[in-house]
Amino acid sequence: MDNMTLIAIASIVTAGLTIALGSVGPALGEGRAVATALSSLAQQPDAATTITRTLFVGLAMIESIAIYCFVVSMILIFANPFWNHVIALTAGK
Amino acid sequence: MRLSPDEMIFWQHGFLKFNGTIVFTWGLMFVLAVGSKLITRNLSTELQRSRWQNLLEIVVTGIEKQIEDVGLRQPKKYIGFLGTLFLFVALASLCTVIPGYEPPTGSLSTTAALALCVLVAVPFFGIEEQGLGGYLKSYVEPTIIMLPFNIISELSRTLALAVRLFGNMMSGTMILAILLTITPFIFPIAMSALGLLTGMVQAYIFSILAAVYIAAATRGRKAKPMQDIKA
Repeated sequence: MDNMTLIAIASIVTAGLTIALGSVGPALGEGRAVATALSSLAQQPDAATTITRTLFVGLAMIESIAIYCFVVSMILIFANPFWNHVIALTAGK
Repeated sequence: MRLSPDEMIFWQHGFLKFNGTIVFTWGLMFVLAVGSKLITRNLSTELQRSRWQNLLEIVVTGIEKQIEDVGLRQPKKYIGFLGTLFLFVALASLCTVIPGYEPPTGSLSTTAALALCVLVAVPFFGIEEQGLGGYLKSYVEPTIIMLPFNIISELSRTLALAVRLFGNMMSGTMILAILLTITPFIFPIAMSALGLLTGMVQAYIFSILAAVYIAAATRGRKAKPMQDIKA
């Protein structure tokens, strides 16, 4: 297996694994956050606006972890520097 | 597969390039500035007012109330900065209904620039409110050992702001592009609606986080913190 094949295999597998594993944690965290927010809304409906706003801010924080994993996997697929380097080498040859 | 509007070149001369990000940002600035100027030409204070003025008033008072809820006691001082952040990101996301348009916030340059604006604005407002000594003292609270961690948290917050907005906008456009090549028309339309929703939520999140950071910098030791969110 030459360099090109190795790099391609590693990039593809890593991209898939990154986004697969990287969405598990945030999904679980967001589920817990929404569940707690719902129960506190049921306990104190008067504070609905504060709870909703804090919930959204917290969800955005948790979501950004999943976004980081997504960005890494996109870079591996579409803007992969190692792949570009190896393609340039073969094109130059 | 285009990763960002940076790669749409409209005009090029030597090394001077007008790419999609710049042109769409100028378009948004034009719409916001000229629209506001036209609507606020003849402001009326009676009950009879034009519907555009009514719309602007709803938007401005809504943002002012949100800023006050976060804990900034004089919202009029900060509404220029925070309101502009919200309106720019929201309009950038709303205009995706126009065909041929790519949101400039889908490029890491734009979101990094916006995050850098917040990075500069937080010490600016903090020093304005608490003086230079008072603001610098907040970095060594609660102990001086926390000084490097406070500085690192400041920088990582900025990075998180930039990457969060970029990731959300870029993923929206990319999923739309991928779906258009493989499915019939109904799925891309549903994804486009979802993209609009996440765009508005991200605009709200960006400006609320900027407001929370500014509130944390201007608070001082007088009041008890309502929300202490540090990423």
